[in-house]
Amino acid sequence: MTAYLKLDHIDKIFTRGAAATEVLKDINLTIEKGEYVSIIGHSGCGKSTLLNIIAGLTTASTGGVLLENREVNSPGPDRAVVFQNHSLLPWLTVFENVKLGVDKVFARTKMKAEREAWVMHNLNLVQMAHARDKRPSEISGGMKQRVGIARALAMEPKVLLLDEPFGALDALTRAHLQDSVMALHQKLGNTILMITHDVDEAVLLSDRIVMMTNGPSARIGEVLEVPLARPRKRLELATNATYLKCRQRVLEFLYERHRFVEAA
Amino acid sequence: MNMPAKKMDIETAAPVSAVAPVVAMTPKRPPRSEGYARMAKETAARVIPPIVVIMLLMLVWELVCRRAGSALPPPSKVFKDTKELIFDPFFDHGGIDKGLFWHLSASLQRVALGYSLSAIAGIALGVLVGQSVWAMRGLDPLFQVLRTIPPLAWLPLSLAAFRDGQPSAIFVIFITSIWPIIINTAVGIRNIPQDYRNVAAVVQLNPLEFFSKIMIPAAAPYIFTGLRIGIGLSWLAIIAAEMLIGGVGIGFFIWDAWNSSHISEIILALFYVGIVGFVLDRLIAGLGKIVTRGTAQG
Repeated sequence: MTAYLKLDHIDKIFTRGAAATEVLKDINLTIEKGEYVSIIGHSGCGKSTLLNIIAGLTTASTGGVLLENREVNSPGPDRAVVFQNHSLLPWLTVFENVKLGVDKVFARTKMKAEREAWVMHNLNLVQMAHARDKRPSEISGGMKQRVGIARALAMEPKVLLLDEPFGALDALTRAHLQDSVMALHQKLGNTILMITHDVDEAVLLSDRIVMMTNGPSARIGEVLEVPLARPRKRLELATNATYLKCRQRVLEFLYERHRFVEAA
Repeated sequence: MNMPAKKMDIETAAPVSAVAPVVAMTPKRPPRSEGYARMAKETAARVIPPIVVIMLLMLVWELVCRRAGSALPPPSKVFKDTKELIFDPFFDHGGIDKGLFWHLSASLQRVALGYSLSAIAGIALGVLVGQSVWAMRGLDPLFQVLRTIPPLAWLPLSLAAFRDGQPSAIFVIFITSIWPIIINTAVGIRNIPQDYRNVAAVVQLNPLEFFSKIMIPAAAPYIFTGLRIGIGLSWLAIIAAEMLIGGVGIGFFIWDAWNSSHISEIILALFYVGIVGFVLDRLIAGLGKIVTRGTAQG
């Protein structure tokens, strides 16, 4: 299999004055096209930093990110991010928020009418077409996140980066949105990299789960394959032996071998 | 077979519908009139206190200034003296002998020009200072000192530079109102959430698009706070500056009235100055409300 996205020996050291903290150490990971990979770890282990490096919002101290064998070190729509707190611009309507990205990415390749149709197409994908003229303050948290996903999808990214996308939502909304993301992944075949701290979410959604050790100097502790057939059904999986075994493995990693020391 | 059944329906329905309106209407009516009464009450609660206070103040003023030898005229005399000015604000006898409308409009024109210039320059400088750390380090100390200089202290210098009253007055308005606009804009720019910057980076907005699509809307509430303080200060400054530069304008009208001992005219002019200042403030506040609609975090 060819590496679609490759993280090559990434170190990240934050320096503040004379003090230097090594956050990430020697991160190596290859992701195939169409794969859904989750990165899980305790808070503060640098998983968001890793996502920011992939997105190009911060740079790695050493090592680099290769997307289709080309190094990427600045942000771009080919690695669209769905941010944890939705990050919709509150002065724009739902439609305009999605259009902002679309207008930039397809400025030369699509006509105005085509771009607008494309925005609506993506809003339809996340079932938010009905709220096109609403402002973010007028819709619920789950809806905002849907729009955030539509904005990212509409840029046709090579890799979709999800930064704890369901973290701020209540359990029911979260489950609903997870199902939507699964359906979208099934339908569009995107390559997705998701940061999460929710074990069930990771097992349910991912093809592979990357487990990170605690920081400082966080490494990849273990990579777990989730050999569950798709489409996956939340209810059926609750009693599925493979699901439970995967879940057990992640829990063991997080709570036995790499307990969150700071909290203790 | 059907007929009797239908009749039965009608018969049974009739008494119900005859009773129903009575039942339905009686509880509905009182709330409606109560609603009007409440609205009237609320309006009265807002309108009556200021009217009462104003009446009381007028009464006290009348009583205090009515006595013979009083330095200031009572309200009744103010009205009697200035009746012509109140009812005919549009006369124009040439020179500075004009109706109050012309004086106010001359002052407002100066404010409009000076304030527009300071809004443009202030927002531009504010963006620079808010965006660039080096610009802030270099310029902020300068701004902090300059902004404490009283408006009128600039007047002699600007008269020396421009050698004319009109541009000098406009410059005084400009230099007085620019500081709060700069400082508030800079704070607004500095407070743009990192999230919005990240979005702009991922979408790859160029600097110009970032400025118009992210910066200005995100900082708009702060910018309008600055603009609102600025309009208040420019109205303060113009009155003072006009007293010194002369010509047509409400400031010089007051000074001229003082020189001719027309105290009643001064009081009337002060009343107008207050009202215009209030309206200007509301205007900018209202504009801000329209422009920043939706900017508040949701």
